[in-house]
Amino acid sequence: MSASVQNVQIQLDAPVPAGEAPEILEEKISIRNLEFFYGDSRALKKIDLPLYSRKVTAFIGPSGCGKSTLLRVLNRMYDLYPGQRATGEVMLDGENLLSPSVDINLLRARVGMVFQKPTPFPMSIYENVAFGIRLYEDLPKNEIDARVESALRRAALWDEVKDKLGAAGQALSGGQQQRLCIARTVAVRPEVILFDEPCSALDPISTAKIEELIDELKRDYTIVIVTHNMQQAARVSDFTTFMYLGEVVEFGPTGTMFTAPTDRRTQDYITGRFG
Amino acid sequence: MTGTDQLANPALYRRRARRNRLAVALAYAATAFGVGWIAVILAVLLYKGIGGLSLAVFTEMTPPPGAAGGLLNAIAGSAVMTLLAVLIGTPVGVLAGTYLSEFGKHDRVSAIVRFVNDILLSAPSVVVGLFVYEIMVAPMGHFSGYAGAVALAVIVIPVVVRTTEDMLNLVPDTMREAAASIGLPRSHMIVHIAYRAARAGIVTGILLAVARVSGETAPLLFTALNNQFWSMNMNGPMPSLPVVIFQFALSPFAEWQKLAWTGALIITVTVLGLSVLARSLTHRR
Repeated sequence: MSASVQNVQIQLDAPVPAGEAPEILEEKISIRNLEFFYGDSRALKKIDLPLYSRKVTAFIGPSGCGKSTLLRVLNRMYDLYPGQRATGEVMLDGENLLSPSVDINLLRARVGMVFQKPTPFPMSIYENVAFGIRLYEDLPKNEIDARVESALRRAALWDEVKDKLGAAGQALSGGQQQRLCIARTVAVRPEVILFDEPCSALDPISTAKIEELIDELKRDYTIVIVTHNMQQAARVSDFTTFMYLGEVVEFGPTGTMFTAPTDRRTQDYITGRFG
Repeated sequence: MTGTDQLANPALYRRRARRNRLAVALAYAATAFGVGWIAVILAVLLYKGIGGLSLAVFTEMTPPPGAAGGLLNAIAGSAVMTLLAVLIGTPVGVLAGTYLSEFGKHDRVSAIVRFVNDILLSAPSVVVGLFVYEIMVAPMGHFSGYAGAVALAVIVIPVVVRTTEDMLNLVPDTMREAAASIGLPRSHMIVHIAYRAARAGIVTGILLAVARVSGETAPLLFTALNNQFWSMNMNGPMPSLPVVIFQFALSPFAEWQKLAWTGALIITVTVLGLSVLARSLTHRR
């Protein structure tokens, strides 16, 4: 019994017409004047960027441009490491998530993340998903079962694993592991999901599945994806951010970015002249 | 023909092939030399010890000179003191290793602790024995099983600290990030994710520590001393297998010497068994 809340389809889900942004865009996250430092070296310079609700925003750019760094600011993953810090504002529903008073664990429950390499926990498939649920909610067994099933269904993995929920998560194939990680993230009921090159370790078929999934998930979540793969950005995203040397060079609807970029550097990058 | 004739410089190739064969031969020789000694030791132990192996060894007490007997009290004493040493050493070692790997990876305190731990790891065990003699036996006024267990614990701790830290370091940071990404507090992450991922390795470290202390003689000589009789009173002198072997092997009595060989065989087989078990644990995952 998967009773996942399917939000009413609104106009927003239609592809954004090239050149004009639709009117009803809700800013889920607003990045203002963000700077990021690894020790003394400045990796992000004066970033201003909106991330829209129920949209997929892609960060593209050559290696070292700061796109992963920017992504890791959004759930403050950098906090795990000493010497890394961010200044400026990242407003999530009007609250600055960089503020020291923010409870970092609750923040990460709202802003989930899927990594480059699949990272299932060393436990069963079922436990991988149930673990995060139990962390925040005290539910009877049958409700947890239902939540696990619904999360696995959302991650398009249920049919493949329903008969072996007790098997080790790490015994699944790479693509399945990645979908398990998506299920684990979704199970916590986040509002935003960050994808850090989620397909770079996967074969083309698994990649297609994940991309399909992202398209599904954006009905309910705000999605940000870092990718090296230009075609992937074009396929899955509604908005694209081109970054270079720690700056946002250009931001706009994906259609526009790929057909009529305004900045020379964007043009050069997406046509493969550097990067 | 796939000879060397087609090569631009066959002499160069042959020279390199010769050097390769020489290096491989040396490597084999070195291995054979090392393994050979172990084989000889095991063979001698088996030859001298197996004859004395009987049920009486495990059911009777250490005998007075000239009489028949077994090693039961020594085996039991060793088991009890080793167990207590592990009970003391494991929590301390695991917690310290956890600090080094998870909390203070890069800070100064950790660097110092790590360095001191490495010294402790290679400290001569006789020094450990003297140290515990000074802090426990002398103030208490008598030898005791407790002092023996503490001395062994001092040897257990650095082994467990080291393996715990190493095994936790093997848990990839991506796993920690994944745990953090669903909002897991760090303490939860360590207990539920990192320990679980490193469990086999940490258990292996504890088993290796047991193997290490089960043959230690010097620390016990100064602390638990020995006891000719059955004694489970940890507040008094306690027998142990290594000390009994030490005493019996140096004695002029044939029965005692025979028992010493048998005891040595028992310890060796136990340590070997523990090591094999530790191995299989790390390989199974």
